[in-house]
Amino acid sequence: MEYLLNITIYLPLLGIVAVLLSRTEAAIKWSSLVVTSLTFLLSLPLLSTFDIVNSHIPQYVTEGVQMLDGFDVKYLTGLDGLSLLLFMLTTLFGPIVILSSWQSVSKHLKGYYSMLLLLQTASLGVFAALDLVVFYVFFELSLIPMYFLIGIWGGAGRIQATLKFFIYTLVGSLIMLVALLYLGFHAGAVHPDLLFTLDWRFLSGSEYQIGLVEQTWLFLAFALAFCIKVPLFPFHTWLPYAHTEAPTAGSVVLAAIMLKMGTYGLVRVCLTIFPNAFMEFAPWFATLAVIGIVYGALVAMVQKDVKKLVAYSSVSHLGFVVLGIFALNTVAVQGAIIQMINHGLSTGALFLLVGMIYDRRHSRQISDFGGIARVVPLFAVLFMIATFASIGLPGLNGFVGEFLILTGSFFSELYDQPVFAIIAATGVILAAVYMLWMVQRVMFGPITHEENLKLKDLNAREVGLLIPLVLFMFWIGIRSEDYTRYSEQWVEHHITQTMEKSDLVLESAMYEELPGWAIRMYKPEATRELFTELPTKSQ
Amino acid sequence: MDVSTALVSAIVGLPLAGFLINGLLGLFSESYRNRKSWIGLLATVAVFVPFLITLTIFWQFTSDSAAGVVTLFTWIDVGTLTVDIAYRMDQLSLLMVLVVTGVGSFIHLYSIGYMAHDEGYWKFFAYLNLFIFAMLNLVMGNNLLLLFLGWEGVGVCSYLLIGFWYQDMAKSDAAKKAFLYNRVGDFAFLIAMFMIFRTVGSLDFDVIFSSLVMFDSTHLFWIGLLMFIGATGKSAQIPLFVWLPDAMAGPTSVSALIHAATMVTSGIYLITRFSEMFVMIPEVMLIIAVIGGLTALVAATIALTQNDIKGVLAYSTVSQLGYMFLALGAGGFTAAMFHVVTHAFFKACLFLGSGSVIHAMDHVKEKLHAKGSEADFDSQDIRNMGGLKEHLPSTYKTFLIATIAIAGIPPLAGFFSKDEILMHVFSAGYGEFAAPLYFMLWGVGMATAFLTAFYMFRLTFTTFHGSFRLPEKASGAGAKADMLHESPATMTIPLWALAIASIIGGFIGFPNFVVATFTGEYADVNLLHNWLHTISADLPIVMGKALEWLLMGIAVLVSVSAVFFAWKLYGKGQQEQSDAWVSGHVGSLYRLWSKKYHVDEIYEGGVVRPVVRFSENVLAVFDMKVVDGIVNGVAGTVRLFGTLLRYVQNGVTTNYALYLILGVLLVLSLMLS
Repeated sequence: MEYLLNITIYLPLLGIVAVLLSRTEAAIKWSSLVVTSLTFLLSLPLLSTFDIVNSHIPQYVTEGVQMLDGFDVKYLTGLDGLSLLLFMLTTLFGPIVILSSWQSVSKHLKGYYSMLLLLQTASLGVFAALDLVVFYVFFELSLIPMYFLIGIWGGAGRIQATLKFFIYTLVGSLIMLVALLYLGFHAGAVHPDLLFTLDWRFLSGSEYQIGLVEQTWLFLAFALAFCIKVPLFPFHTWLPYAHTEAPTAGSVVLAAIMLKMGTYGLVRVCLTIFPNAFMEFAPWFATLAVIGIVYGALVAMVQKDVKKLVAYSSVSHLGFVVLGIFALNTVAVQGAIIQMINHGLSTGALFLLVGMIYDRRHSRQISDFGGIARVVPLFAVLFMIATFASIGLPGLNGFVGEFLILTGSFFSELYDQPVFAIIAATGVILAAVYMLWMVQRVMFGPITHEENLKLKDLNAREVGLLIPLVLFMFWIGIRSEDYTRYSEQWVEHHITQTMEKSDLVLESAMYEELPGWAIRMYKPEATRELFTELPTKSQ
Repeated sequence: MDVSTALVSAIVGLPLAGFLINGLLGLFSESYRNRKSWIGLLATVAVFVPFLITLTIFWQFTSDSAAGVVTLFTWIDVGTLTVDIAYRMDQLSLLMVLVVTGVGSFIHLYSIGYMAHDEGYWKFFAYLNLFIFAMLNLVMGNNLLLLFLGWEGVGVCSYLLIGFWYQDMAKSDAAKKAFLYNRVGDFAFLIAMFMIFRTVGSLDFDVIFSSLVMFDSTHLFWIGLLMFIGATGKSAQIPLFVWLPDAMAGPTSVSALIHAATMVTSGIYLITRFSEMFVMIPEVMLIIAVIGGLTALVAATIALTQNDIKGVLAYSTVSQLGYMFLALGAGGFTAAMFHVVTHAFFKACLFLGSGSVIHAMDHVKEKLHAKGSEADFDSQDIRNMGGLKEHLPSTYKTFLIATIAIAGIPPLAGFFSKDEILMHVFSAGYGEFAAPLYFMLWGVGMATAFLTAFYMFRLTFTTFHGSFRLPEKASGAGAKADMLHESPATMTIPLWALAIASIIGGFIGFPNFVVATFTGEYADVNLLHNWLHTISADLPIVMGKALEWLLMGIAVLVSVSAVFFAWKLYGKGQQEQSDAWVSGHVGSLYRLWSKKYHVDEIYEGGVVRPVVRFSENVLAVFDMKVVDGIVNGVAGTVRLFGTLLRYVQNGVTTNYALYLILGVLLVLSLMLS
């Protein structure tokens, strides 16, 4: 099965060869479609044979050889409860984005489809990587095709938008790179046999602990990189530009997959490796998340461009995910993980739909529409479903995620006060405000522009590529248990371990000399009483 | 009590199946859309069969039967949070299901005729079925989250159906308004759920009720208050009531089903379901009673001044819902449910009757247009009506019966339920908590009862009595009274069924004291009380029989005198003079009433516009100029350094040598100092 995982990752890359060898436009499209569909089909056994009970242990692991003796940089992939569904979401979106480009992209087809395929491999690699060097390589690799997708096939302001996107996220990544090197040597020093290692299995394990001071800096460096990617307020301003200028497929992959790399990184790296800093900074990140939820919603409300509106709504929705991650209890973190999938489905669907209407009308301005539900009923129905999923209607997927995140945050010990959850819950009202207002101005009322009278309704291809997304929206909404069970053991295990590790680090910190700020921040003295009462929680 | 899984699944599943079949086939198949009789029949059967099934379960139940719970599958299972898709059959949910599917069936039947000429016929019935499905989840859900699914689900159906004719911007505005006001209430509901879950660790009703002792009084207060705020959204109470009158933009059968008989009573259902908890928090009970009483009075005064036939009924609904909350707040949970049931009968009848009237008026308009006239008039404005009773005899008779019922004239349904509510409020005046306030609320209830009888007869007389005023109002159009015609049988049968229910429905809650007076010490004839005694934690009525008779007498007197006044003022269709007369006697208050207390304007100017303006002029600008500005600033600074460095790094070797020497000197000086 580990071969299958790697085949799934690299099949799209191989597909580029087929695309480049293709002679006709149809051949380019069809070969891309076949490759991505095959990727999706091949990924299904990974889901069905996944050992749910041991979801905290990486499965289908491929381990390469060390590059240098003692220098543990190696190829390492596998899937666990955290990455499995995101991996599946990525393979699902592969054929969907190819199909969505079928008629809307006409220039440099070979380059375009190659970039989409490269993006697919990079994204899959990010979620499957278990060595942080491999993770970093794929993380960076995903920037390149996106840079070209926006820069070549984007809208009028594409150059500026793509530069902003690239430089902004690159700055974050470079900070992460420095932190990675430091972490690697630090871990090497702790490890009995190695000089350098970034094997996540070791880093997240209970044997590996980092001192409070180093933990703080490393955590902040990683968190910054990931928060830019999410994007968390106030690092979000690249997103509206990138989304507005990106071609439909770019927007879809960006929203559905790439933003998740940020929230995924927060869980994969920050939660498991830096427990004390994670817990100490949790209220701060929750504050930013809550600001983002309300702020993103309010700014979304007054946007005049549909894509910008959906982009800001992502800022708001991903605020929920971040809030859930830092709440650090099973309910909230499980909610955050399923909400990553949910946001991918509903926002992906919204961007697809916006793209479809853009193909027909060449406008995304809300004021250019009005009353079109009568002309394009199928479009209207699907748009309404995606809207209701996005605003968290019970019975659809968004509700499950939001409800779990809010419930978990409400009684999170790290947040201490329910105020975070209460303010975040106003996002539930605000989401309905901006989405329904937009829907009304686009769909309802009399038809105000004559051009809109001639709009064609969705064709079979377009309906077909949306149907799977809609089905998943309902499925997750009605039987969320079918999905949350994959990550259950992972979340339970790692939350417990994070708590235990943080106690151990604090315990050893009592005997160390620490700078004043670290003592004030982590209060290692205060834990002494705790440990005289409780038995030491070592393995 | 064991309840069969198959039967319960059928009750919930059939309306869902109806929605899916009509919805999907209608969406994709042009020819299916034209098979109107099939579509209407399917939708009606999908509601009527569940009604029959519920009846069979109902017969097996006694008032002491334990609840039957059917668990279909797990919805959410995360850590300690487990929520099942599980349905509960007990006395309260059975009662609600019977009302929802019973009244619902008649309204489906009625809609077959009422919507016959609408191109969105299939869509309409699909939505109606979906609504019934959501409503059944609301009343049958065995946990708060499933109830909430139904709660939001009915909200969506309400949104879709209010905005059914979405090409009219005003109608889609009304739909959006309804949804958003409801969401404000839902926000409070969510917080209440979080609080319950934090303490109890479950959202199942049985677990919550058996764990009530785990809460301290502060938490209980907040949970109760938040739940009630949730209820003010769905059940259109102050401060969130303004969406309901606008909701009348939807087709009339929707107003009857959703915005009168079923959905808007969800809040009352919720509080009755949690009555055990609410009796533990008298402060919240008082707040509920005060809000309910105020809403009843405020809405009744507005109803007095409206000229739109559905508008009057809408405010009347808000007012009657206020009455029900007044009952809840006074500890009369069963009384409130009683009024839910009777109100469902007579208000649905009234709305359907108004639909029949509007249908007839539209028909006149069509006939005029067919004759080449371009006359346009408001077919819902009662000033254009009058004298309709000869031409719409069934509509008139049923409308009149329902009016008598809502006015509280014995022995029709409204009399008994309203009387029981007032008894409870009066009785709460003897309680230990805030007694004087409850006495005052009894006065408010009486005043509202007077107003209700008055404005309802104003409406009936103006619409059906006197002479047809349209010919003079739209002179030259050539409208004649004989253009009016009665609606088809599919519409009049439901009217009669509901009218009969309005006549006899009150006997399910026949007051015990009346029988006791004649037969001796104790009587047990109040069926509804018996039925709900295990669920609804009613506070007892502590009054002597003499006092109860006296209060009942006062209530009858108040209603009868209101009818008499209305007859004097409006009995011959002299509406405009009489409105002027009323306006003259209440002074500037009348203006306030007819302007609906300016609540909409206050919300619009005080909340909506400031928030939008702030977002537009402050936040959006802040985002572009400040947040993004800082990012650009950082990037700019980096570029500036780059530019400066370019001057330094100019490739002239002698300069590099100079830097090197300077650097060495600097290091040396630092080391030596």
